[in-house]
Amino acid sequence: MAYKIVEANCTGCGACEFECPNQAISEKGGLFIIDAAKCTECEGAFDSAQCAAVCPVDDTCIPV
Amino acid sequence: MASRVVSLASIVRPKDLAKRRAEPAACGGGMDPATWDKVKDHPCYSEEAHHFYARMHVAVAPACNIQCNYCNRKYDCSNESRPGVVSEKLDPEQALRKVMAVAAKVPQLSVLGVAGPGDALANPHKTFRTFDLVARALPHIKLCLSTNGLALPDHVAAIRDHGVDHVTVTINAVDPEVAERIYPWIFHDHRRWTGREAARILLDRQMEGVAALVASGVLVKVNSVMIPGVNDDHLIEVNAAVKSAGAFLHNVMPLISDPAHGTRFGLDGQPGPSPAELSALQERLEGGAKLMRHCRQCRADAVGMLGEDRNEEFTLDRLDGEAAYHPEAREAYVAFVEREMEDRRMAERTARQALPAGAETMLVAVATKGGGRINQHFGHAREFQIFEVDGAGCRPLGERRAENYCQGGFGEDERLEAVLAALDGVSAVLVARIGDCPRRRLAEAGIAVLDDFAYEYIEPSVMACFARMIAQRQGYDTLMASA
Ligand code: SF4
Ligand code: SF4
Repeated sequence: MAYKIVEANCTGCGACEFECPNQAISEKGGLFIIDAAKCTECEGAFDSAQCAAVCPVDDTCIPV
Repeated sequence: MASRVVSLASIVRPKDLAKRRAEPAACGGGMDPATWDKVKDHPCYSEEAHHFYARMHVAVAPACNIQCNYCNRKYDCSNESRPGVVSEKLDPEQALRKVMAVAAKVPQLSVLGVAGPGDALANPHKTFRTFDLVARALPHIKLCLSTNGLALPDHVAAIRDHGVDHVTVTINAVDPEVAERIYPWIFHDHRRWTGREAARILLDRQMEGVAALVASGVLVKVNSVMIPGVNDDHLIEVNAAVKSAGAFLHNVMPLISDPAHGTRFGLDGQPGPSPAELSALQERLEGGAKLMRHCRQCRADAVGMLGEDRNEEFTLDRLDGEAAYHPEAREAYVAFVEREMEDRRMAERTARQALPAGAETMLVAVATKGGGRINQHFGHAREFQIFEVDGAGCRPLGERRAENYCQGGFGEDERLEAVLAALDGVSAVLVARIGDCPRRRLAEAGIAVLDDFAYEYIEPSVMACFARMIAQRQGYDTLMASA
């Protein structure tokens, strides 16, 4: 299980990259993507998915 | 846009400035000497210095940790000029290149700020790395940052250690009930908070951060966005609270609201305040923390003197290699400013002595590109500086924005209407030049246009204009009485 970023919604602000406990998020061409292999949905680290909690655009960081 | 660029030459008076006897330095209007010393050359804070020194912001902080109802983080348009809206994202190394390029071309540059487009302290590594690089290359540049305050308590020591001496905190409320109508959510301590709880955390962190900064000797300015029907009256309480917390300035800015911006307030039809409503509130706050009346809401990537924006000259693709920075140009400019300030103080004193006695008050508008002079064509003015003048002197009441009505052939009538609305209550406008048609329209609206103060100092001209208009009216009254 992992999260993904809806490309069309991403503003490229990078807030999610900074919060991810697993360095699963990186910049690509001004927008951000999640490496599904590294994403743990924040299980065991935090109560909620950090990328979704910080993202300024609703429904942009969502479970795959 | 070439018309928005002010060359150094345009603000230098053509003739030589005579040597003048040294005047006592302008006082800080009741500010304590240590504070005044920190802000007297700051283009954002000193009414005198903002004519002469330039600031720039670099957009190294794109992430944010709260959502405001007046902000749409998806919005990004180079035609926009609202705070928090920028078109070019920079990393700290690119920011340094840009600062060096600007410093090489603009000797006035004295302040570097990080203000967004997100929150400076939601991107602490990029913000402080930028400050490190710039402080090493250009130690004379003052550093400042803007923040919503949520992360502020965590970074007070870093702010002090990096020598940042000005921090702007945006505080729109001190009561969570008011704040929850402005902030739908915050991200704090690894989770998203909403409603009253979010508002309470944010407000507590803001005041905690302000107090800690003040205690470490860092200057704190507070910005508030005036949102009619939401926090307008409440800003009186905010003013009292931030003043007692030790903020040296409280700046109230109008909400800029338009459905096209896609902000919550814009979409809900929440209006911004009219110029008159803003002035009325600023008047009521006057007794509180000193207000900054000449603030323009500059963009997070703004470059230049207040009121102009030269960012388009310095976009990344235009920066070639290492820019050569010449300290001599800056030193010469600083010397010029010293003379100019002395000269204008003298002119102000002379004009003040010639003011007519009496209880009459008048509003006078000025079109200027900077440099403290009346040097803009009426048709190019995007905003007017408003002054209140009476027998005792003149005081700036801040800017009123109007659509730039001179943008080629069509729709001039509507744009002139916008200018007339912005000039509501104004008796006279001082401009460098004006066309016959707008002059007539202004006269019909009861507004006198004077272009014979072109290129003169602003404040002495405002006072002279007032003296002349009063004298004309008295002459007319005497004539009528004797007829
Ligand atoms: S926080 Fe959201 S908008 Fe910002 S970079 Fe991540 S996915 Fe994109
Ligand atoms: S859900 Fe958690 S682990 Fe997965 S990308 Fe988002 S922040 Fe990283």
